[in-house]
Amino acid sequence: VTNDTAAPVAGPRRRIPAVRSEGTGSRGSRVLGIVTLVGMGALLLFGLVLSPEDPGPSQMGDGVRIMYMHVPVAIIAGLAFGVTALGSAMYLWKRSEFWDLTAAASAEVGVVLTVLTLATGMIWGQFAWGTWWVWDARLTSTALLVVLFLGYLAVRRLQGPREQRSKRAAIAGLIAFVDVPIVHFSVDWWRSLHQPATISRLDPQIDGLLLFTLMLGMVVFLLAYWWLMIHRFRVQLMESRLEEQGLDLALSARRAEAETTRPVNETTGSVGATAAGIAR
Amino acid sequence: VLHDALLVAGKDLRLEARSRVTTNLVAPFAFMVLLLFAFALDPDSGTLTLATPGLFWVTVLFAAQLAIQRAFAVESADGTRDGLRLSGLDPAGVFLGKAGAIALQLLVLELLLAFGVAVLYDAPLGGPVLLVATASVATLGVAAAGSLYGVLAAGLRIGATLLPLLLLPVVAPVLIAATQAFVAAAEGTPGEGWRWFGLLAVFALMYITFGIFAFESLLEES
Repeated sequence: VTNDTAAPVAGPRRRIPAVRSEGTGSRGSRVLGIVTLVGMGALLLFGLVLSPEDPGPSQMGDGVRIMYMHVPVAIIAGLAFGVTALGSAMYLWKRSEFWDLTAAASAEVGVVLTVLTLATGMIWGQFAWGTWWVWDARLTSTALLVVLFLGYLAVRRLQGPREQRSKRAAIAGLIAFVDVPIVHFSVDWWRSLHQPATISRLDPQIDGLLLFTLMLGMVVFLLAYWWLMIHRFRVQLMESRLEEQGLDLALSARRAEAETTRPVNETTGSVGATAAGIAR
Repeated sequence: VLHDALLVAGKDLRLEARSRVTTNLVAPFAFMVLLLFAFALDPDSGTLTLATPGLFWVTVLFAAQLAIQRAFAVESADGTRDGLRLSGLDPAGVFLGKAGAIALQLLVLELLLAFGVAVLYDAPLGGPVLLVATASVATLGVAAAGSLYGVLAAGLRIGATLLPLLLLPVVAPVLIAATQAFVAAAEGTPGEGWRWFGLLAVFALMYITFGIFAFESLLEES
């Protein structure tokens, strides 16, 4: 039995950061977390207080403020799925655990961000169009994207030896990813047959403070993505270590137990009960 | 590769000819779905006739789940998969053979369904060239993507539950495109229809290419 929880079994060792047993935090991730929190505070301040109401002709007023979250979250969700595809392809090439776990962590965070995109988009839709859902091309393809990558996460949870699961997941990630442009085009054409695109692009002559707040949102949510990635990556690394060593640990624990309780177990009744328990 | 594909497809079609699973189970299921749609959408209101292209393709996708599951269930029993790998057949050939056999069975099923909707839903069938071309490429795409996921989910305890979740979002564009092409054919605007046909062809080509390269890893590993 080894107690070296950081020893990687598969993949080059240098790519796997050491994991401390007390948690997934490290000094770097804590600093990043604090910076992200401060950024969130600043984004709230700029988004809700300092930035003006929408001065444009669309008369959105305060409703425009949700864009400071919606737009960055949507863009970073796309980035997250891109990282998943990259991680999947790199895993098939390099066969390193690092890329496998990167793909997994990014898909998880990506699904959360995509659901947030849908939620904020729907709130905006209720505000702007008076309805929670329209069959807009972007809303529809975003909804499909969520299900696509939920399927990918389901594949990740399938049983089997570790190498097999990683390879299967990598291929499933790529199958899902190559579908994204097709989904985009089909839904785009489908809706454009019936009605023009409903979401207009942001005004290019955007007010300075609005633009700054939007950029701040981008940076803050990028930091949040990075922070979540670090933690999800480390949790998955620890899970896979635990899986590799879990049986050994359990065996040695049972053996140690047997050593101490042997005299009691030697009575026939107890043995019979144990045998019955196993048979059951 | 082609020779291997024909061997595998021939084996699957012989299996079907002897066991009649698609004929006796999947086809009646598809017919039942047609009846269910009529119960759900009042047949007197004309909704059924209007919605026929979409309902047709939804039925095909449901039936495809069963056909794909069946095609890979026969490979996971009795260590057939190891036999396939030991046989020295090219994995790309195995993929093309499996997908081809599934596509052929689905095409026959679609022919039956077309008669079904023509009779039951009083659906107008126009533009036969566009209809046949659309059905062919759409079916190829579904069979190719389905074979990839089919082999991935085969032999797993939750495979049967997993396959629809994996496959349906991926083939959602096929449903949209094939439905729109059928609508275009019925409305006599084939120009629109051929554009959708193009998208379906890209989809089919993409997943056939993907399968040719990725099937070996999937066959080995799962």
